[in-house]
Amino acid sequence: MGTRECNHICDESSPGIGEAGITGEWRIEVPSIDEKKCIPARSNKPTCFLCWLYCPEAVITKGIPPSINLEYCKGCGICSQVCPVQAITMLPEEKM
Amino acid sequence: MATQKKSNIHILDGNQAAAIAAKLSRVQVIAAYPITPQTPLTEQLSQYVEAGELQAEYVAVESEHSAMAVCTSASLVGARAFTATSSHGLAYMHEMLHWAAGARLPIVLACVNRAIGAPWNVLNDQQDSIAQRDTGWIQIYCRNNQEIMDSVIQAFRIAEIVHVPVMVCYDGYILSHTEMPVDIPDQAAVDRYLPAYQPHTVLDPSNPKNYNLVTLANPRVGVDGKLCHGYMELRYLLQEALQNSRETILQAGREFNEVFGRDYSDMFWEDREDAEITIVAMGSLAMEAIVAADMLREEGIRVGVLGLRVFRPFPKSDVVRALRKSKLIVVFDKNISYGSEGATCSEIKSALYGTYINASIRNFIVGLGGRDIKARELVDATKKAIASLKETVINPDYPEWICQI
Amino acid sequence: MKTNAVNLIEQEWILPGNRTCPGCALSLAYRHTLKALEGQCIVTVPASCATVLHGMYPITAVNVPCVNTPFASTGASATGLVAGLKALGRKGITVLAFAGDGGTHDIGIQSLSGAAERQYDFIYMCYDNEGYMNTGNQRSGSTPLGAVSGTTPVLGKQQYQKDMTAIMEAHGLPYVATCSASYPLDLYEKVKKARTIEGTRFIHVHTPCPPGWLFPFSDTIRMGEMAVETGLVVLYEIEDDIFRLTSASESLARKGGTLQPVREYFISQGRFKTITEEQIDELQNWVNTRWKHCLHRATNL
Repeated sequence: MGTRECNHICDESSPGIGEAGITGEWRIEVPSIDEKKCIPARSNKPTCFLCWLYCPEAVITKGIPPSINLEYCKGCGICSQVCPVQAITMLPEEKM
Repeated sequence: MATQKKSNIHILDGNQAAAIAAKLSRVQVIAAYPITPQTPLTEQLSQYVEAGELQAEYVAVESEHSAMAVCTSASLVGARAFTATSSHGLAYMHEMLHWAAGARLPIVLACVNRAIGAPWNVLNDQQDSIAQRDTGWIQIYCRNNQEIMDSVIQAFRIAEIVHVPVMVCYDGYILSHTEMPVDIPDQAAVDRYLPAYQPHTVLDPSNPKNYNLVTLANPRVGVDGKLCHGYMELRYLLQEALQNSRETILQAGREFNEVFGRDYSDMFWEDREDAEITIVAMGSLAMEAIVAADMLREEGIRVGVLGLRVFRPFPKSDVVRALRKSKLIVVFDKNISYGSEGATCSEIKSALYGTYINASIRNFIVGLGGRDIKARELVDATKKAIASLKETVINPDYPEWICQI
Repeated sequence: MKTNAVNLIEQEWILPGNRTCPGCALSLAYRHTLKALEGQCIVTVPASCATVLHGMYPITAVNVPCVNTPFASTGASATGLVAGLKALGRKGITVLAFAGDGGTHDIGIQSLSGAAERQYDFIYMCYDNEGYMNTGNQRSGSTPLGAVSGTTPVLGKQQYQKDMTAIMEAHGLPYVATCSASYPLDLYEKVKKARTIEGTRFIHVHTPCPPGWLFPFSDTIRMGEMAVETGLVVLYEIEDDIFRLTSASESLARKGGTLQPVREYFISQGRFKTITEEQIDELQNWVNTRWKHCLHRATNL
């Protein structure tokens, strides 16, 4: 199949999620949120959200508790490092 | 289109003609860095903008590389962009020339042809623009100042239809600093001939497209599931655009004739097509060649002149048609591809290959770094070429140089 | 109301599943930059890790319009965007140049300096990962003394970093600031402020790079914090010649101005494996002198 139908005359790109593919497949460790420790979950209030703030991938949402989009989370572990109450643990990927 | 009836002749040098043409084309962004012999053009344009005679942004950039970067980005937000340079400035722009063509932006550049160092030389030859022939730009060469005026206006029309940038080349000093009568087109007529720029893409937050990203070798499926080009397909489209631009160039020339009464409906200038001996030259040298041809005719030698106007796309079939009766073709080049020959000579040979035309071709390198080239020297060279058909006075593999070594 | 993680705008302009390495500080800094601009911008990006982030044709991982431009041309490209918008009368769009330290300190300095001298109206943001990381970590004008890189492989870099923010300040800009990806709210506030100022604004962002600096992905934020706590990076802004310390640097100054020793920062990164005791002492002296100078300059203590 050719590209004659493509109407671009130059390199013109449109925004899309997963541009690099399912980047969750890059992970060797997966974050796991302990709702007993997580401040928004424990207090049932929209608060803290430092994991959301520091996530370089924009894969965490400001929910109660915050949720992590594991399809695209690369497993860097920043969220577990910045969590003030150690509510996020990085687990080996194969155990998930 | 209605014809502009009244003529409006002024005595202008080439740089003035280019500046007035850019103004008449209502350019919106100008970015240029002064370089001899283009400098007066730059000054004239900034004068227009500062005096409020031209509603445009004049960006006094710190380099030619930046000049072309300003033009590409300005063009991507939808502005009509113009720049001008010479020689080292054009060489310094080289990377951005590729970028402008690759992004398919209809920028117009006036190249005031000048030699390239080392050693330093500010005078004319065409090594600078010929060295940029593979950047994907259309190249038009002017013989006189009227053609500079007319070509700049046509260049915008061509560029904005085919989405390929256009370089309008004219010889430094010989045209840029030499005054001659030029008919200045009427603004209203230019506005009819050259409508406002309609970009094929515009950078806009409400429709956030990205341009010039990394592109893979192979086609890739986009977010809408459709297969998009790979790098090679994008390069094919640029080549296709240049190949097909011939029709647009000729159409722009015919329409220009309808409005302004000056004919640009061919890819070259031809003088006496019946001749068996043809001199080929480009730029102002093509005018000198006509004088030489007259002198040769007085001696009974039937000589015609082919003045190349459009060098990229190279008009192969047009050239073959023009040279159909030629037995000897004498090509004068103000450039040299070191270790080979002049660029136009190579093009002519390439165009004739495989056709029924079996002419002998002789190449002379002339006028580098402003070396004066008189009609008499063109006459002598042509006679030498004629003699070479019978006796070995010239090595046919490499060009002859008209110099004193 | 002061911006915090709870009230900070939720909308994202960087889309999940992009090509940056895990733990990339550039991605984090860019994410908050675009939040501060609310996506109402046109970005120009030279060859860099940001090019990688933006993705591969025909898909981009960023939801703002962007033109990729050759390395040396970022300042000129921003100029062209501004000039074009002005010529067409298009208003309300911030032009953002987003370049790495190689593209800013080294190959791009000429066009940036030219654009800044002409006072064109755009924000230039340099994300500084202290090396040519896109090509696999070679030295740049911003690689620190003592750091091993692909082109300082045996001895480590023998020269100090180029102080690009000071160079830009010398252009007489209406706003220059330094920030760090480890302090995203400080970064957010600075970009938001810069958005309202006219003229060329320069913002330098310290962006730790796990694969280039050789530390674990999860420690990105900690590395940036340590750089600030040791005074290797000072967070400040200069608005109309008024110098203010901000965020953690301001707090440090208010708490007596005692910095953490630089040694801990150097031993936590693999790139400093060949750094000598003399170099650490030299750097400690350099940090102390500069910190004193900053405390002296600060108008908000």
